[in-house]
Amino acid sequence: MMNNSGPAVAVSGLQVVRGKRRVIPDLDLEIPAGQVVGLLGPSGSGKSTLMRCIVGVQIIESGTVTVLGHPAGSPVLRDRVGYVTQSPSVYADLSVRDNVVYFGRAVGLRGTELREAVDRTLSEVDLVSYADQLVQDLSGGQESRVSLAAALVGRPSLLVLDEPTVGLDPVLRRDLWELFRHLAERGHSLVVSSHVMDEATRCDRLVLLREGHVLADVTPAELLQQTGAVDADAAFLALIDAETTRSGERSAS
Amino acid sequence: MNAGLTAATSGRVLRQVRTDHRTIGLIIIVPCVLLGLLAWIYNGTRVFDAIGPALLGVFPMVVMFIVTSVATLRERQSGTLERLLTTPMGKGDFMLGYAVAFGALAVVQAVIATGFAVWVCGLGVAGPVWLLVVVAVFDAVLGTALGLLASGFARTEFQAVQFMPAFLLPQFLLCGLLIPRDQLPTVLEWVSNVLPLSYAVDAMKEIARNPDPVTAVLGDLGIVAAFIGGALALASLTLSRRSA
Repeated sequence: MMNNSGPAVAVSGLQVVRGKRRVIPDLDLEIPAGQVVGLLGPSGSGKSTLMRCIVGVQIIESGTVTVLGHPAGSPVLRDRVGYVTQSPSVYADLSVRDNVVYFGRAVGLRGTELREAVDRTLSEVDLVSYADQLVQDLSGGQESRVSLAAALVGRPSLLVLDEPTVGLDPVLRRDLWELFRHLAERGHSLVVSSHVMDEATRCDRLVLLREGHVLADVTPAELLQQTGAVDADAAFLALIDAETTRSGERSAS
Repeated sequence: MNAGLTAATSGRVLRQVRTDHRTIGLIIIVPCVLLGLLAWIYNGTRVFDAIGPALLGVFPMVVMFIVTSVATLRERQSGTLERLLTTPMGKGDFMLGYAVAFGALAVVQAVIATGFAVWVCGLGVAGPVWLLVVVAVFDAVLGTALGLLASGFARTEFQAVQFMPAFLLPQFLLCGLLIPRDQLPTVLEWVSNVLPLSYAVDAMKEIARNPDPVTAVLGDLGIVAAFIGGALALASLTLSRRSA
């Protein structure tokens, strides 16, 4: 069902300025299709900005972002790319089901197809028993799952998820990662940002960002091998230390 | 633009309003209370018959302006607008969805307020009563369109509410309710000629005094409709898919 001929996302020479800050100075990156790609890095490293570029809502200074073979933000991509922002973006004064129904309609689902997609999605994010509650009466973790459901309902080819597991309990986090894995197996591409390093091992590939630069673009196994670290947290610190030393030597010479 | 997406948006907006009983109450009851108060103040005079119809046109515009500008500002702040614009939902679908939803609400408001004014407060008009309702609905949609436009310039909800006096009070002062428009100082008369509420109030006044006002009212409504279209077109420029 998916077009697997090219990468899901190809970024080249990307530069982004937000306010007075050059958030992304010059970035090249390729994100393969049909994989779960983790976007890791400290806060302020440019993860969210890069994701905004991929879904095409970010004004960019220069460079190109190609998504599923089209320029990011093209009309043809609008029902093929799902985006979940870091803070939940759903309607607090609507029920859980009404939110998911509306975003399902927005991507063109109707009738039985819509009903089935909504039911499936509600059970995927484990909110079936809350379906008729208003979002404003839910907990923060439940609200972020409604936001996730609003993107999942249309089964987009590419899912861009900004910190989807923040504030969730371990069981739910495991279930969601299993869902992401399942989606990737069905040919969907996922870009998931996180600053929880233990989630890194659940990804097919890791992109480590720091100050808008790609520090590493590897598989989890390669990351541990390259750095000799025992876990992702330590590996990330090792990479940052190495980078700091290198840039220190550069500026010294 | 796509009728299905527009309908989806109006349905969603109406569902949101439905969960907020107090807002529904305010939309329906406040105009009736104000009209009742006015009828009482001018008890025994002909003044209520003269200004009552004009106020039937002003209330829906004010109410819908506030409701719409706050609702769309919330969409901008909560990220739902940005999210919607990454889907096939177009700016036109979004704005028309709002206009249709609040237009429907305006029909209910106008029917109840007009009924109250005519049958409870004894408002007498020369023209047909149903035409009062039609003009009131146009005014409500005008309020929605101006609210969509104003919300583009507001960064906070405080600002959005403050736009009400900024956008609407000058129109209210110059619309011919305080003194007839042709008796205004010349410059102010020109200004009132380019403000939409003037034509809405002209239409209402025409219904009040003319037994066969349909032709004159259609002319005024045409102008109001043009303002609605213009405001929506300008508002669509404030909805951008990309931001810094």
